Amino acid sequence: MDLFPLGWEHYLAGGVLLGFGMSLLFASTGLIGGMSTVFTTTWSFISKAPYFSEERFAGSRRWRLVYAAGLILGAVLWLFLLGKPFVTHVPLWQLAAGGFIAGFGARMSNGCTAGHGICGMASLQVPSILAVCTFLATAIVTAHLVARFA
Amino acid sequence: MSARGYVFVLLSGAIFGFGLALSTMVQPEVVLSFLQWRDMGLLLVLAGAVVVTFFAYRLAPRLWKKPWTGGKFGAHPSSMETRTIAGAALFGIGWGLSGVCPGPAIAGLGVGNWPLLASVAGLLAGAYVQGRYFGK
Repeated sequence: MDLFPLGWEHYLAGGVLLGFGMSLLFASTGLIGGMSTVFTTTWSFISKAPYFSEERFAGSRRWRLVYAAGLILGAVLWLFLLGKPFVTHVPLWQLAAGGFIAGFGARMSNGCTAGHGICGMASLQVPSILAVCTFLATAIVTAHLVARFA
Repeated sequence: MSARGYVFVLLSGAIFGFGLALSTMVQPEVVLSFLQWRDMGLLLVLAGAVVVTFFAYRLAPRLWKKPWTGGKFGAHPSSMETRTIAGAALFGIGWGLSGVCPGPAIAGLGVGNWPLLASVAGLLAGAYVQGRYFGK
């Protein structure tokens, strides 16, 4: 069985770049670059609900939006320098419903593949390592079910 | 945060977004092919990111008293609670259904993957319902 039918170099190089991004963010600002929190903090711009106004969210809403803008900028840069545009064929309902469940779950868990997966594991945080094992397990089961039935 | 701080945040995000595009994590099909055991590439992405970040989190506070633009070195706040694990279980279901997690949902827009707008809308809605009705 071929473990990497599409090659492995771009995976490793891309992963190392993710690490460089996280490292630069930490060295320059001391911030921890999880990605799911921006989906909570951005609501504080328009919602008056007390939860979104808490300092931990309202206090980080600006840099998190700038960080998200950076993500798009970096991907655009890749598109101009190396890549081709890509449009997914995953059905819209799966993208939307999966997004809703993942958004709810990541915020409940206070972390996603970036926050728990990279930052948490790199800090050797046991709760994050358990969270990663948990979401890998449920994601693998779900993806297999989707492949069979959807 | 200072203006210089924001410049570094933007630059860090751009490196991160470039990495997500280069590693093809912005393609839900690739993520799903990992979760369906057809391509183990995602493990290399995760391993590369974790190892580099591990050393940065250890070394930076030893090399410098405080971050370059001021403030102080933070820590990832994860706590051993039921919600951490239950939320992760839910997150995995959504991730496995769509092949999309928060970072690639945002970065993917930069490579023209416009259907990911549906993921971004879903993530925003899920985070809203969580915070508004279940937040604590």
